[in-house]
Amino acid sequence: MSKKIFEVPLYPYVRSADQDAPKAVRHKVVVVGAGPIGLAAAIELAMNDIPVVVVDDNDKVSWGSRAVCYAKRPLEILDRIGCGDQFVDKGVQWNVGKVFFDERQVYQFDLLPEDGHKRPAFINLQQYYFEEYLVDRVKELQAQGKPIEIRGNNKVVALDQGEDYASVQLETPEGTYTIEADWVIACDGAASPIRSMLGLDFVGRVFEDNFLIADVIMDASFPTERWFWFDPPFNRGQSALLHKQPDNVWRIDLQLGWDIDKEEEKKEENVIPRLKAMLGEDVNFELEWVSIYTFQCRRMEQFRKGRVIFAGDSAHQVSPFGARGANSGLQDTDNLIWKLKLVMENKAPLSLLDTYDEERIYAADENILNSSRSTDFITPKSNMSRIFRNAVLDLAEKAAFARPLVNSGRLSVPAVYDGSSLNGADVPHMPKRTRPGAPASDAPLEKGYLLEQLGNKFQLLAINCDVPVSLDVDGITIESLSINTAQLPDKSLQERYLGEARSAIYLLRPDQHIAARFVSYDEASVQEAMRIATGNLTQEVTA
Amino acid sequence: MSQLVEQPNLNDPDGFYQELIDSHTGLSDAQSTSMNARLVLILANHIGDRAVLAEALALAKETMPTTERS
Ligand SMILES: Cc1cc2nc3c(=O)[nH]c(=O)nc-3n(C[C@H](O)[C@H](O)[C@H](O)COP(=O)(O)OP(=O)(O)OC[C@H]3O[C@@H](n4cnc5c(N)ncnc54)[C@H](O)[C@@H]3O)c2cc1C
Repeated sequence: MSKKIFEVPLYPYVRSADQDAPKAVRHKVVVVGAGPIGLAAAIELAMNDIPVVVVDDNDKVSWGSRAVCYAKRPLEILDRIGCGDQFVDKGVQWNVGKVFFDERQVYQFDLLPEDGHKRPAFINLQQYYFEEYLVDRVKELQAQGKPIEIRGNNKVVALDQGEDYASVQLETPEGTYTIEADWVIACDGAASPIRSMLGLDFVGRVFEDNFLIADVIMDASFPTERWFWFDPPFNRGQSALLHKQPDNVWRIDLQLGWDIDKEEEKKEENVIPRLKAMLGEDVNFELEWVSIYTFQCRRMEQFRKGRVIFAGDSAHQVSPFGARGANSGLQDTDNLIWKLKLVMENKAPLSLLDTYDEERIYAADENILNSSRSTDFITPKSNMSRIFRNAVLDLAEKAAFARPLVNSGRLSVPAVYDGSSLNGADVPHMPKRTRPGAPASDAPLEKGYLLEQLGNKFQLLAINCDVPVSLDVDGITIESLSINTAQLPDKSLQERYLGEARSAIYLLRPDQHIAARFVSYDEASVQEAMRIATGNLTQEVTA
Repeated sequence: MSQLVEQPNLNDPDGFYQELIDSHTGLSDAQSTSMNARLVLILANHIGDRAVLAEALALAKETMPTTERS
């Protein structure tokens, strides 16, 4: 059989000139970890012409699939960093989910994605493809001469912080060397060695449960749907999940309970009978990847320590139910990079980085809350909790009211940064979904989609009113995008951005989040909102 | 905002009470617990107001005996 992508070195070790330099070479940014989050961070930095070196302790993409479900918002972020198409073209789209209890189906849901969005509600894609496509994007940027480099087999073994830099010691097949960086972004995963090197805590809740995860290759006629079982005959007292990935790979997730022998359970001779009991004796399949995982819901107290900034699993960890790990990690770097850029260019105060903590800790807490709730429903921790859970499932079969209580994982949605100190003026009678703090909602334009026109810079979206083509506020350029709703193919944009209002001006951040909105253009108001959005003007705190 | 009704509100208290007890006739403790759980969920949905439900939960808890009694 041909080699799997996760067996092929994608960024093999190459000796760097830094290893022969007389003293530690200083870099602008060093990203630790070439997982999905580190790669996304580095890509965005390079697109902004900020030189970045990514170091990773191996030279391959994620071993086995791990993450499979990606929601609309992360896909929009991938679009913004220039590589969404590849993911969506390869990914499997699905909308229908079925929930089984014991031997019967208790209900079925349809995600019914709203019309007028470029991207689907969800795609399933193996994490190794996800990382491979990001590496492709890195190579594309390199070909364009952008300052980005990945150093494989460069393991961080020590980190020290100076006043305005960090020094990083790297271990390679040819010995160790040290580099320095103005900024380090630690995307080194849930077990983050950097976190330990800095002696930082990572506390939260441990869930006493084990899950067997198996990716199998099979030519099965199951539909492209998400199937979730509570207490099925083939896995009594536990849960199970079946989900499709590209290339006829199916994700199977079986809850095993706490007191098990992991090494035993992982053995093929023990895994195969379990899968046969689930899939049927006559289904032919091949195991691609088997793993047993336990999980925790936890986050760091703060995501930044001096010159080291944490993003992704290193900063927060959630249970896989609800697909929030990689999805939320991408939203971390989405939030971080434009802020870091302004700080590096001295266009914003250092305190702008505190709003990365503010906004992303808020999001992390939301994710932890949601995934803890799902986990408590899926794996009840007390007798009474199980009794209520089973009651909900039985009721769901007959009574519609109980269906929203069934929680087999709440699918990831982006956080709205309500109450963020970067939010400026609002117009209360405009639609709630586009209030300050929210990510911009997509909508069809005359040609293409709104989100294709947004991002990577500050922008004014002017709907049915006049604005200057561009504006300079304290050295930061704001570009305008003018839209006349009379020329649009449908009412989506009007419904999402105007409501009853006739016109609107939206100030958008480089991460496509809305900073402020007005009914019409007024230079002084926009300037003020811009200073607030960049941390250059601190608002009076109103309780 | 609505509030939990704490004043008598059932038009046939004795009748309702009998029906409630009768509905558990012949059930084991485990079955009764399971039946009560369903009932709580059905009634909670009928009430629908989170604030009222929070008050109800608090009242239920408040009136629990401090020591276990049967
Ligand atoms: C079973 C399972 C299912 C999941 N399903 C989903 C899902 O459906 N959707 C979703 O969004 N998320 C899902 N997740 C979570 C997702 O896999 C993670 O959130 C994601 O991988 C986090 O990315 P990361 O880049 O932060 O960290 P990682 O992917 O862990 O990457 C960390 C990188 O850092 C490198 N590194 C570590 N230490 C060092 C060092 N000392 N020096 C240099 N490099 C180092 C590692 O080699 C690695 O490449 C799932 C996770 C699991 C386990």
